[in-house]
Amino acid sequence: MVPAGASAAAAVLAAGFDSIRETPVNGRERAPYCMMGVCFDCLAEIDGVANRQSCMIEVRPGMRISRQTRARLIDPKAQ
Amino acid sequence: MPAEAVYDRDGQIQGGRMERYDVIVIGGGLVGSAIAYGLVRARLRVALLDEGDVAFRASRGNFGLVWVQSKGDGAPHYQRWTRLSADEWPALAAELEAKTGIAVGHQRPGGVHLCLGEAEIEARHAMMERLRVQSGNLGFEYRMLDRRELTDMLPGLGPAVSGASWTPYDGHANPLSLLHALHKGFAANGGRYLPNSTVTEAGAAPGDFRIPLAGSEISAPKVVLAAGLGNADLARHFGLSAPVKPLKGQILVTERAQQVLPMPITTIRQTVEGSIMLGDSQEDAGFDTSQRPAVMQTIARRAVLSFPWLRDLQIVRAWAALRVMPPDGLPIYDQSERFPGAFTANCHSGVTLAGAHANLFAPMVAAGTVDPALEPLSSKRFDVSAAA
Repeated sequence: MVPAGASAAAAVLAAGFDSIRETPVNGRERAPYCMMGVCFDCLAEIDGVANRQSCMIEVRPGMRISRQTRARLIDPKAQ
Repeated sequence: MPAEAVYDRDGQIQGGRMERYDVIVIGGGLVGSAIAYGLVRARLRVALLDEGDVAFRASRGNFGLVWVQSKGDGAPHYQRWTRLSADEWPALAAELEAKTGIAVGHQRPGGVHLCLGEAEIEARHAMMERLRVQSGNLGFEYRMLDRRELTDMLPGLGPAVSGASWTPYDGHANPLSLLHALHKGFAANGGRYLPNSTVTEAGAAPGDFRIPLAGSEISAPKVVLAAGLGNADLARHFGLSAPVKPLKGQILVTERAQQVLPMPITTIRQTVEGSIMLGDSQEDAGFDTSQRPAVMQTIARRAVLSFPWLRDLQIVRAWAALRVMPPDGLPIYDQSERFPGAFTANCHSGVTLAGAHANLFAPMVAAGTVDPALEPLSSKRFDVSAAA
């Protein structure tokens, strides 16, 4: 449980997770850090969209926050 | 010349306040650092001067193309110089990585210039043909690709794209890593870097140049002006001319994604780290470095026409920078006739020409003669009365 207005990153940390993703550069674990949108360490897949800065998104009931293991996958067929 | 003096290892006169070098390079951007790196590699003692952090630094605004196919239409000497530089690039990149541990991310898969519509294809084809004819025995291999061939090479090509020109000579690299590696290699080879050293005046005589700096002085028998836009003012102290002007460019950078673009496009490239860079704007805005949303929209719109899937990517970074533009777009290389030993180097394509600057131009400075092949790139070409 987190207070209203908390970020998705805060929700992940409050739930007791040690990390939120692995960096695609060397596979090491990363957790939210600056909590203000400048470090890009809190990247997660939120409601199906990858590479979202979870600290900049207000958590909502039913939000799906998924671990992102690699860089965002682009679908070139998307129009 | 000073009387007999005792020099320590750094070139400092014992008990004195003058430092003596073989070459002073003014400007530590991509041009200056590439030339300085080539000079210290030739075992010369070099001082590399930079302004402070607040300066018009074109090097930070570079897109990162090591580009051949669009260069030198109507100027075969420039086509040749560009090609020679691109051919020096792989060895320079490998050498820098071995020496400094910094990988500059150079890749040379060939490159494409996308054409939207038949008129663009015809114009581009005509230009490629001119380049081929003008290349003489250097040769110029290119292909015009139709849509079908392009869709095999580039994923998710937009319906607005009709075709493209391709050459095997084009590639790209990370300009910031390149600058870092050149500086690190310069220092590793014994070069002396002097930041916060703005040059406003200098003493100049043939083979004897003295620059006052913060209460002391440095001197050398040779000086190279590589201060980008700053060369315009500096040149007159050294009997040189460098009539360059600022040209603003803006760049958009997307979030990192898995590799999807296998080769660079003139205005779109994916970095080794996964970011996709979008660019190619030109504004004549004097020394104003502000970003303009209308320009950013144009960049984004053209990119999405080429690859509709770009629409879904977030832009995480954008900037504007002043780049260096000589009057005809071609580089300027000169040795001063009034003060032999003073050289100037200016160009628009600091990444592409890094190979030539480190491996071809630096040896010219060391030898004291600019190769006659670069004579058409002398600033004398702007002196209409002399040319008439």
